[in-house]
Amino acid sequence: MAVCVAVIAKENYPLYIRSVPTESELKFHYMVHTSLDVVDEKISAMGKALVDQRELYLGLLYPTEDYKVYGYVTNSKVKFVMVVDSSNTALRDNEIRSMFRKLHNSYTDVMCNPFYNPGDRIQSRAFDSMVTTMMIQVC
Amino acid sequence: MEGLTLSDAEQKYYSDLFSYCDIESTKKVAANGRVLELFRAAQLPNDVVLQIMELCGATRLGYFGRSQFYIALKLVAVAQSGFPLRVESINTVKDLPLPRFVASKNEQESRPATSYSSDSENQGSYSGVIPPPPGRGQVKKGSVSHDTVQARTSTDQQEPASPVVSPQQSPPTSPHTWRKHSRHPSGGNSERSHAGPGPFWSPFGEAQSGSSAGDAVWSGHSPPPPQENWVSFADTPPTSTLLTMHPASVQDQTTVRTVASATTANEIRRQSSSYDDPWKITDEQRQYYVNQFKTIQPDLNGFIPGSSAKEFFTKSKLPILELSHIWELSDFDKDGALTLDEFCAAFHLVVARKNGYDLPEKLPESLMPKLIDLEDSADVGDQPGEVGYSGSPAEAPPSKSPSMPSLNQTWPELNQSSEQWETFSERSSSSQTLTQFDSNIAPADPDTAIVHPVPIRMTPSKIHMQEMELKRTGSDHTNPTSPLLVKTSDLSEENKINSSVKFASANTVADGYSSSDSFTSDPEQIGNNVTRQRSHSGTSPDHTAPPPPPPRPQPSHSRSSSLDMNRTFSVTTGQQQAGVVAHPPAVPPRPQPSQTSGPIVHRPVDADGLMTHTSTSPQQIPEQPNFADFSQFEVFAASNVNEEQDDEAEKHSEVLPVEKPSDPASSLRVAKTDSKIEEKTAASTPANVSKGTTPLAPPPKPVRRRLKSEDELRPDVDEHTQKTGVLAAVLASQPSIPRSVGKDKKAIQASIRRNKETNTVLARLNSELQQQLKDVLEERISLEVQLEQLRPFSHL
Repeated sequence: MAVCVAVIAKENYPLYIRSVPTESELKFHYMVHTSLDVVDEKISAMGKALVDQRELYLGLLYPTEDYKVYGYVTNSKVKFVMVVDSSNTALRDNEIRSMFRKLHNSYTDVMCNPFYNPGDRIQSRAFDSMVTTMMIQVC
Repeated sequence: MEGLTLSDAEQKYYSDLFSYCDIESTKKVAANGRVLELFRAAQLPNDVVLQIMELCGATRLGYFGRSQFYIALKLVAVAQSGFPLRVESINTVKDLPLPRFVASKNEQESRPATSYSSDSENQGSYSGVIPPPPGRGQVKKGSVSHDTVQARTSTDQQEPASPVVSPQQSPPTSPHTWRKHSRHPSGGNSERSHAGPGPFWSPFGEAQSGSSAGDAVWSGHSPPPPQENWVSFADTPPTSTLLTMHPASVQDQTTVRTVASATTANEIRRQSSSYDDPWKITDEQRQYYVNQFKTIQPDLNGFIPGSSAKEFFTKSKLPILELSHIWELSDFDKDGALTLDEFCAAFHLVVARKNGYDLPEKLPESLMPKLIDLEDSADVGDQPGEVGYSGSPAEAPPSKSPSMPSLNQTWPELNQSSEQWETFSERSSSSQTLTQFDSNIAPADPDTAIVHPVPIRMTPSKIHMQEMELKRTGSDHTNPTSPLLVKTSDLSEENKINSSVKFASANTVADGYSSSDSFTSDPEQIGNNVTRQRSHSGTSPDHTAPPPPPPRPQPSHSRSSSLDMNRTFSVTTGQQQAGVVAHPPAVPPRPQPSQTSGPIVHRPVDADGLMTHTSTSPQQIPEQPNFADFSQFEVFAASNVNEEQDDEAEKHSEVLPVEKPSDPASSLRVAKTDSKIEEKTAASTPANVSKGTTPLAPPPKPVRRRLKSEDELRPDVDEHTQKTGVLAAVLASQPSIPRSVGKDKKAIQASIRRNKETNTVLARLNSELQQQLKDVLEERISLEVQLEQLRPFSHL
């Protein structure tokens, strides 16, 4: 269960960011922002190898005392960043991967929509609902 | 409870209601929640409801079984008709109208009823038959499904009357009624209402699954459009989404429609159609859509690419966000293109939206591309869940999928029902054509991941066999024998194989006689263990091309046989005295009569019981040509061991082993054996001074052996002259051997290797045995000398 999910465009501006409505959503935004650097690092590190061989799932970008940040990048350099609560009994890596996979699929669906202009904010309800399923249910 | 007699209409109605309440599809128990809602919708005072529940036995049982439910429904009808609630009144009150339920669920039920009534009423005055639903508010209850229910309630207002009026009406009629309604400007609603009751009715009339499906559909649609939509919808077509599923909602819509008096008939129709099941597409609408589709894409089976669809729908001047949402809803297979079905659904949604209907969160079932195809196109589950089912996340995905199949089920039912159903079915049929589309699209579905099973060969192959053989050869002596033995068993000419094997084993036993390379003259096989091994190795050469799969078991067999030999050997060693006795039984008859004769000759000479035994054993052995000379060897060995202390035994053993080796040996071996035997005999002859006959034995032995071997080997000896020859003969004689040339070669080579190994082992064994023989002979001489020395004393 993620506390924050963000989709970052190639140019590193957010296409979609959504957090669990806790007190400081800004903190999550900041974490996502800083994680972009790590993502770029990882991309460039692997960049030697061809993009094809590059793994989409980046894994744990960096952990903080409270949260862990995971990253995933598509072949078009669209990044998905997910912040997960550390207290959450460690989600297995597979689960994180599956969550990213779902994100990616939904993002693809959004892209397929002719009414969606790449670069716009993602306002798809379907995408929203999918993200909701992944987010921690904080009521 | 007393028996309950229901009329046909009642039966149908009740069963439909039951299935509606049977949310868990148990077919046995109606969910209490639903039932309670239903009763509440019946607009009966609470105490009456409680009384009903008590009367039907539900309170007693704690749940609503089918009978309880039916009784309860009947009591509701009784109560609604104003009759006092009595248990007897169930059957006594005749011509009870069907129970009326106002709430959404009720709407559903009432829908059927209302539809009936609406049929009767027709043409726009819903209210005629159906008393205004006691509570629109009840509709808001959305007990069952949500907004649609509400919508229903509004329609229920009209509908309630209908059930009362025409409870007996057959479901199909109601759809007709609906239809008519839909024809009206308000008809759009009616259509919808038709759709509502239609699907609802069909389940009623048909299997309960239909109703459950309807329920599912309802649930599917219920979510999103907030009730307000419905409310607002009262004026404008309520969000058909809700209604789509529920006939009631349809009815509501129709009602609303009439109220709303849509702008154009088309729009109204569209609106109504957008709500199959409130979002149903009417025929005219569909035709219109199809025509529009053709303007973009002449091929009805083709796709409309996203870009052109975008342009087209942008013309509708709807906000892009809404168009985007519509697209998400309608592009069912997520391929970025619209099939005819998808296009119609999208157009329908656009129309609805333009008319004020809110967009559903999930694609209404009636708008879904053919259910059949949906199922085909993989993502049925995924898409519904992901596409626009945000509204009712929990319900959407499951409802979509189950509803779709259920819709499939309902469709035939629908088809059977009224025109409305026909419309529905038409849609379905068109959707069938769409199905084709979908099937075209389906492959593009990224979510589908078809993994074709890759067959994996599980059966052993020749290669495997060869490997096995190689393993056998590789592993130690024992291995060769096993494969050899295995081979023998596999081969059709088992005998030959066995004989060859036996020869080999015999060779091993025979101290190297078996080994083609070294036929030492020591037939004695003293080293049982060695012999054992040799026998194994001996067998290995024989097994040139072990028959493939069967060999596996054979190796075990062979091993076991070899083990047996070992056992026999050990036995022989252990029981030096009794071993001989034991051996004969263990030793299969030797194939070489000559040998038997040989030893027999010896034996009698020696006049040793054991010897006779041994002699007999060889006799027996030869009778079984294919039997391992091995056994003879064993016998000999046993006899040898046992008789070690016995000069005569020695002689016999000498003879026997000698014979043994000769027996199993292939022709070549036999020849060698013969030579060895001759040597042995020669050796033994001088050693056996007392045995005058010994000299006789050897000569006949070799002769016999030769004969025997020849006889024995004849069948086998096709080509052999050497070990390889033997092998080749074995191979040739074994028709089954050559599975494949390569395999044979490999097998042959392997067997050759094994044979060579066996040969070396046997040669060693031979030398050892010969050494032993010499020792024994010396001992014998010394004993004889002693005897002579003692004799004079004895005489004295």
